[in-house]
This record gives sequence, structure tokens and C-alpha cells, in this order.
Amino acid sequence: MNSLDNTPSSTDTVSSSSTVTLHHNRVELALHHVRDATGDAHPLLLLHGLGEHTAACVPDVVSSWEGDIWGLDFTGHGASTLPVGGGYTAEILMGDADMAVDHVGTCTVVGRGLGGYIALLIAGARPDVVHGAVIADGPGLTGGSTSPTSQAVVRLADAGRTPDPYALLELGRDLRPADYALDFVQMATSASHLDEPLCVAAAFRPTWLDAVAGAPGVAQVRLPEALDLYR
Amino acid sequence: MTTPIPPDDHRTYPGAHAPDRSWRLDAGGVGIAINEWGDAEAPVLMCVHGGADFSRTLDVFAPLLAAGGWRVVAWDHRGHGDSDHTHLYSFDADLRDAVCVFDAVAPGRPVAVLGHSKGGAMMTTLADAQPYRFQRFVNIDGVPYRRPGPDLAEHQRATTLRADLDGWLAHRRRTAGNSRKPGTIAELARRRGAMNPRLSPEWLEYLVTVGAKHDSDGWRWKLDPSMRMGGFGPWRPEWALYRLAGVDFPFLGVLVGAEEPMGWGTRPRHVEPYVPATGRLEYFDDLGHFIHIEAPDMMADLVLEFLGDPR
Repeated sequence: MNSLDNTPSSTDTVSSSSTVTLHHNRVELALHHVRDATGDAHPLLLLHGLGEHTAACVPDVVSSWEGDIWGLDFTGHGASTLPVGGGYTAEILMGDADMAVDHVGTCTVVGRGLGGYIALLIAGARPDVVHGAVIADGPGLTGGSTSPTSQAVVRLADAGRTPDPYALLELGRDLRPADYALDFVQMATSASHLDEPLCVAAAFRPTWLDAVAGAPGVAQVRLPEALDLYR
Repeated sequence: MTTPIPPDDHRTYPGAHAPDRSWRLDAGGVGIAINEWGDAEAPVLMCVHGGADFSRTLDVFAPLLAAGGWRVVAWDHRGHGDSDHTHLYSFDADLRDAVCVFDAVAPGRPVAVLGHSKGGAMMTTLADAQPYRFQRFVNIDGVPYRRPGPDLAEHQRATTLRADLDGWLAHRRRTAGNSRKPGTIAELARRRGAMNPRLSPEWLEYLVTVGAKHDSDGWRWKLDPSMRMGGFGPWRPEWALYRLAGVDFPFLGVLVGAEEPMGWGTRPRHVEPYVPATGRLEYFDDLGHFIHIEAPDMMADLVLEFLGDPR
């Protein structure tokens, strides 16, 4: 199996005793310590897809990782704060991930779907701390337009629980121009000590990800092999 | 904690009038503060302020428009003025809040709209997304064509992007629990003067008294301290400009020549290709980004002439 798709049901949440609360402005982020280290490897940070949350169990595909395994619930997802009135951007979620890597320290980041895009952003933002970022298939991988389009202005009913409908709406259509994604590739590759600090493990490649996959310093292997690059 | 305003801290300004009516709207859980000037039964003119501004910056300009027979309606964007501070801020969210105000004030009918700076860009976007809300549209120096700042060579751009990103993330890390720096009226006016260098100290001090709150340790701007000028993301400012070309109702664009920190530096040559057939452009070489505050009578005359008889 080559999938991180291990999203639990609403009753299958990570134990609160293993969860750290991080404060990103007015949002409380749930950073779950999913599993203790079984060896002396550095930690793995898992970033879920759009509409998902951190799985209670370690996904099979990363179970061989010997370091601590952490999972972050993004703003409006899982056990993190449900904001009032939306206003999501991928850059805010990059800020979420920044809080997590600040807590976890040097780590490899594996992101699924939307979490894969955020893995790219945080790898570019913190190349000294992110020891490899893997972009895997999952919900929210595509994002929205790469150029100006008519913009639907939509009001949604308050669901009263995560995942926030506004997160699904706004992060499902956030702008992802290829040149913007490549800026983060450049920042990651120019400052990392790794030859290939980014790895595209996704089979499906929307425009931005196709550009990333073709850039120098970006590996293209499936997820199990991607982890081997960064152990 | 907010405390009563000391007697010596009251300010007036020539021509400035407090709103005739103030009320709040629940915009999907976000409290939006709305101010109105003029006859409550008059035709509606929506006025949309710019980034880091608030509706009371219209205390001189709005009464002049109201005197022309309009019900001037302006609201504080989320995080600005007297509206709620929220978890998240974005252009999308601002547009959604705006639609809530339109629906509350003028449900199902088109109205006259005026936007300044970011408010102009917002309304240009809304005009493309929901044109049925617009009768006539005035955009005051709110037509961006590029990011603020100097044009850079490619090798410099990466360095600038890194600096912008580092600054933005540093701000996000420290913003939890932040509050704005307190000061006297004169101190807050001087701080704002750095962004509004063409506006008089008397006006800026007046703004403090309507846009800041008085705490036990001094005045603080009400603007949410988690907000930061500049932002960070993939959006290209000029994308709002492209939408202008599709406008199919009367449009008046106003551009200025004086360079200012808050301005876009947009010149007529940048905009002219996108001015719709129903539109016109006016350019004032010797006035700045806050032209409606610098020259309120002239601007009110221009806008009222463009809008025509409200009845």
C-alpha cells in the first residue's frame, strides 16, 4: 500500500494526552505525537489533506520511520480551532506548519494533498529545519486557478464543527501559480544541505506540481523510496 | 482596558461630522460596524475604505456626498475600526463581509458604489463577480497594476522574497497575544503620518480620536495587531486591473501623481487599456493617494457630478 489515507472517523481521534497545543495568533493548533521513536532518527511531521485530520494510527506507508512521528491538524481541521467567518489561505497554513516545525525541530515533512502543497511552502520557508519534504497524493492537491478568473463570493452556513466548510471552499480554490511554487523550490534547494530536499511522490500532478517535479533538486519517487532519501 | 477620554483629548476638525447613524451587522458570526451619513431614505451610496483605514476616515468626505442627496453607507472591514477582530483575514473574507452589508442595506437592487485603495480593488473584483449589485462605480486610486516597491532584477527578487517571507513568518510567530503600542494622541498621529505624509497633523490627531481607543496606559489604534501591511502570497495586484475591462455600467476611475507609501503608483498609461467603454479616467498629478481627504470639496464635486441626480 502506497497511501497515507488513514483518516479516522470522528470517533477515531488521537489521544489528547499525546497532543500539544500551539498558539498561532488566535488559533489553537493540535499537534499530535502519534508515535514515539523506535530508533534514533529525526522526527517525521505528517500534514493531512484538505478536509482530513491527523490519523490516530501511524499510516502503514510511514510505519518504518524510526524517529518520533507527529501530525498537525491545520486551522479549522481536526482538534484545532474552528475559526469564525473563514478567511483561509495556504500561507496561513504555512504559518501553522511553521509553528509545528518550531516545536518538533529538525524533521522530515510528509504532506498529503493540500498538506503536500504546505510541505513545499514550509520547506522553502525553513530549509534549515526541514530535512526533506515529500508531496503525496490526497485531497486538495490541485488548488484553484493559476490566473485571474471571476471569483465566486459565497456565504456558507456555520457547520459548528471541523472540518470548516470555509476551509474546504477557500483552500480548495486558493491560487497556485507555477512560478510562485517554483519560488519555494528555489528557496528550498538553494539553502538546504540536501541534494534533493523536495520529493514529488504524487501520481497526479496539477500544473503547479508538474512545474515543481521538473525543477532541479526535486526527486520523483514513490513514497516508501522518498522516505529512504531523508532517513 | 478602555477608559473614558480625558477632556483635553477631544479633537475637532473643520468639516468633520460624526455619522448620523451607527449600527452593527452580524456577518456570519463576525460583527461588522456600519456608519451612515445623510437621509436614511435617500438612494444608497456604498463607500468602501482602504487597507488599514476605517469608515470614520470619511468624516469630512461622506457628509459632502450626503449633502448631494445620498445615503452614504460605510463599514469597517473585519479587524478594522469598530468591527470584530477575527481568527483569519483575507481578500475573500472581506468580499464576503461586503456582500453581507450589501444584502442588509440594499437587498436585490443595484446601488452606487465608491471604493478607495484596497476598497477600490475589492469593489472591482465584486463588480466582476456580482455586477447586478452595481449602478455606478467610483474607484479612487484603487487600481493596482503591480506590487508596491521598486522594480527588481531577477537575482534581487529572490532575496526580496526571502526577506518578505522571513518577516511574515516572524510576525505570525509573535502575534499571539500582541497588542498595539500605546501612546499619546500626538504619538499615534506621528506614527500614522509615516504612512500618510501628505495629511495634516490636525487631521491625523482627529483620526486618533475616532479610530483609536483610550486605555489606562494611553491611546491604541483599533486595527487588529495581527494584521500586517504587505501580506504574502501568490495574488498579483494587477489581476484586479484586468477585471476592470469587463465593467458594463458607468465607471469613474481616479488616479494621482504624488508618490506615497500607501499608494500603488498606478499611472493612466497602465490603466487606459482596461478602462471600459462605459468608463472614464481622471488624473491629478499634484495630489496623493488620499485625494478625497486632501481635496474633499473638489472630489465630492467630481463624484456627485458623475453620480448624477440621486433621485
